[in-house]
Amino acid sequence: MSNSHAIPATGDASSPDNLRFYVPGEHHVENATGLGFWLYLMSDCLIFACLFAVHGVLGRSYAAGPSGADLFDLPLVAINTSMLLLSSITYGFAMIEMRRKRVNAVLGWLALTGLLGAVFIGLELYEFAHLIHEGATPQRSAFLSSFFTLVGTHGLHVSFGIIWLVTLMFQVKRHGLIAENRRRLACLSMFWHFLDVVWIGVFTFVYLMGVLP
Amino acid sequence: MSEQLDLTKLIFGRLSWEAIPFHEPILLVTFAAVLLGGLALVGVLFYFKLWTYLWKEWFTSIDHKKIGIMYMILGIIMLLRGFADALMMRAQQAIAFGDNAGFLPPHHYDQIFTAHGVIMIFFVAMPLVTGLMNFVVPLQIGARDVAFPFLNNFSFWMTTSGAVLLMASLFVGEFARTGWLAYPPLSGIAQSPDVGVDYYIWALQIAGVGTLLSGVNLLATIVKMRAPGMGLMKMPIFTWTALCTNVLIVAAFPVLTAVLALLSLDRYAGFNFFTNDFGGNSMMYVNLIWIWGHPEVYILILPLFGVFSEVVSTFSRKRLFGYASMVYATVVITVLSYLVWLHHFFTMGSGASVNSFFGITTMIISIPTGAKIFNWLFTMYRGRIKFEVPMLWTVGFMVTFVIGGMTGVMLAVPPADFVLHNSLFLIAHFHNVIIGGVPKAFGYKLDPFWGKCSFWFWLIGFWVAFAPLYVLGFMGVTRRMSHFTDPSLQIWFQIAAVGAVLIALGIASFLIQLVVSFRNREALRDHTGDPWDGRTLEWATSSPPPAYNFAFTPEIHEGDAWWQMKQRNYKRPSEGFTPIHMPKNTGAGIILAGISTVLGFALIWHMWLLAGISFAALLIVTIVHTFNYKRDYYIPAEDVLRVETERTRLLAQYV
Repeated sequence: MSNSHAIPATGDASSPDNLRFYVPGEHHVENATGLGFWLYLMSDCLIFACLFAVHGVLGRSYAAGPSGADLFDLPLVAINTSMLLLSSITYGFAMIEMRRKRVNAVLGWLALTGLLGAVFIGLELYEFAHLIHEGATPQRSAFLSSFFTLVGTHGLHVSFGIIWLVTLMFQVKRHGLIAENRRRLACLSMFWHFLDVVWIGVFTFVYLMGVLP
Repeated sequence: MSEQLDLTKLIFGRLSWEAIPFHEPILLVTFAAVLLGGLALVGVLFYFKLWTYLWKEWFTSIDHKKIGIMYMILGIIMLLRGFADALMMRAQQAIAFGDNAGFLPPHHYDQIFTAHGVIMIFFVAMPLVTGLMNFVVPLQIGARDVAFPFLNNFSFWMTTSGAVLLMASLFVGEFARTGWLAYPPLSGIAQSPDVGVDYYIWALQIAGVGTLLSGVNLLATIVKMRAPGMGLMKMPIFTWTALCTNVLIVAAFPVLTAVLALLSLDRYAGFNFFTNDFGGNSMMYVNLIWIWGHPEVYILILPLFGVFSEVVSTFSRKRLFGYASMVYATVVITVLSYLVWLHHFFTMGSGASVNSFFGITTMIISIPTGAKIFNWLFTMYRGRIKFEVPMLWTVGFMVTFVIGGMTGVMLAVPPADFVLHNSLFLIAHFHNVIIGGVPKAFGYKLDPFWGKCSFWFWLIGFWVAFAPLYVLGFMGVTRRMSHFTDPSLQIWFQIAAVGAVLIALGIASFLIQLVVSFRNREALRDHTGDPWDGRTLEWATSSPPPAYNFAFTPEIHEGDAWWQMKQRNYKRPSEGFTPIHMPKNTGAGIILAGISTVLGFALIWHMWLLAGISFAALLIVTIVHTFNYKRDYYIPAEDVLRVETERTRLLAQYV
């Protein structure tokens, strides 16, 4: 043990197998944004998991009020679903154009994506307004509380996605497809596809299974 | 007239002069004291012109070390508040027997025990743990900073923002009277129509954002930023426990966010998630909150297991016994902690098979925990143990923890079990954390005399305070009572109150220790950066470490990296320095958190106009922040050379 104290003074660096203990020059660390954003998405996924679980418990607690079979307009929801799925495809095209470094094409596809997202939100709001007008308000029963919360949380996410998308379009326009913007586009892409996946769950578990007797 | 009323309501919501507790002398005196103290502090800061310094060097800093220290300061300040609550509870229970109603009316007492639990868990334990991980982890893995430095600053201020809201409830309005988990239907709008539960909800939601983001941040840091050569099984054990802790944070806190959001929808918009009518189900709340709550307990204890492992190994001057088994034990605990939540409410009536499943998983957890205890014992066996203060704490912890753990296995469900969890895990032993971390943070060791005083007061006080509660628990006394009728119980509560006073002396000794050490800092100064002959990388740099941590990124060949470097006569490089790429400070974090505080306050008091404005401001500031692309700078090579040469001189002079 005693010899371990005297190191800096003696400074004999000739260790037998010449281990190197530091990296000379600048050490480049890997960028962690992709992983970090992925982790965030997983935590968001857990929020949805809770809401799905709650819907699993309360989905049939109608409190003598209307049920999913009475309320849901499946053709409308199907159109809505296709809007969101299409928007995922158009976002994919934006990413392909990003690889080709064509700024205007990226902006065009992003605009289309945002438009489809806005139509989705518009149809959802129309559906909500219609339900509330019929007296099927979230206060009416635990089933409706849970329905409005789950679908509404997804809708809120899409709305924030649209705000983010518009912001990012300005930034791409101003700075071009620099590394930071490419990273941001990739993050928003993950976010957007994630919301798509969640919606497939909503469509299946809330709407399709909700109209079963 | 009615138009004017509407306008007042739009601006002030439910807030009126009624909300200021003029009729409660205790609160009024506290408020006056806080106000005077606060004004004096602000005055002193202006007098010494410290505001610019604080703003530039600390508040806007994204240096993980400074953020870590700020977390700990927040934790210590909140400890004082939380402990004041504890003293009041012990005093009330010691005197309120028979005809004596005590000095606290029930509605005030109920707020105190709720606030005590919430503060101790969220605003004492969490900041201390997060602060320590923030400070130590990047140093241990040989990194310059965390993966997302700005996010780190933002997380800290969000936590602080939650703490500010909670403190505001003391003087404006009131806090929840529901217990620290706010079970509905008691926390629903029908039973708690006033602002207490809303304070609870928004304080936790805002602080929760901070906790979650810091979890993501540290996780990405540990996964991506380890020095070359440091494989997962070569990571220091504290980094391993930090990794598991942050996995738990990322996987548990969203559940809290979701369940509190549902509760607020019930309260604000008349939804029916947890109500007694219209199909609501309040047991769903209890399930969800414990799915978060049980992992939370492990979030608090796991990093401490890591600390104790490092302390035991350093002060026994031996490699940690059973490193691999320690890692596996930590991982197993992480996974199992998700499978035991139901043991908090066996009385729900979920049936024999469900209860047995959760009972068995709970018992299984004691196996990896026991493995850890044995590993520590074997590390000490035949080691050259130095009984310095950190080692004392560790041994004290082991004894206390084994006894606490055994009663846990006995499933002593009455209040004893609960009090045990809160206190044993959290309060006494977070203290240890602080003591261990300080020399690295400030560059001088702490005074050992007052450290030992603090230790003995805590240990003895802890047992005097909580052993009587075990006894009472076995007699069937329920928790959260502000008054008792059976005089035969009084003696136990009086003993417990004495214990609380002893712990108070322990805290006082700790504060005295800080002051004494600061005054003697020249004598206690640590010039080597390695005061205890440490084994891991954080001891390879100076105390306090330079902003860039390491002039060159270290390369790792073995678990105890710094120990190996010392064994191999490692020589510090003295030339060839290159400019170092660092992130720039930014005020965006504190501004965003400040707006969040306003938003939270507005939502609590139903000030819809202010809520709308602050929400819009939050969005706009966030968007504006994303337009800032110049977020980094280089520390010039000459500056690095100057700092490193100075350190070489100090090392040559003092070693």
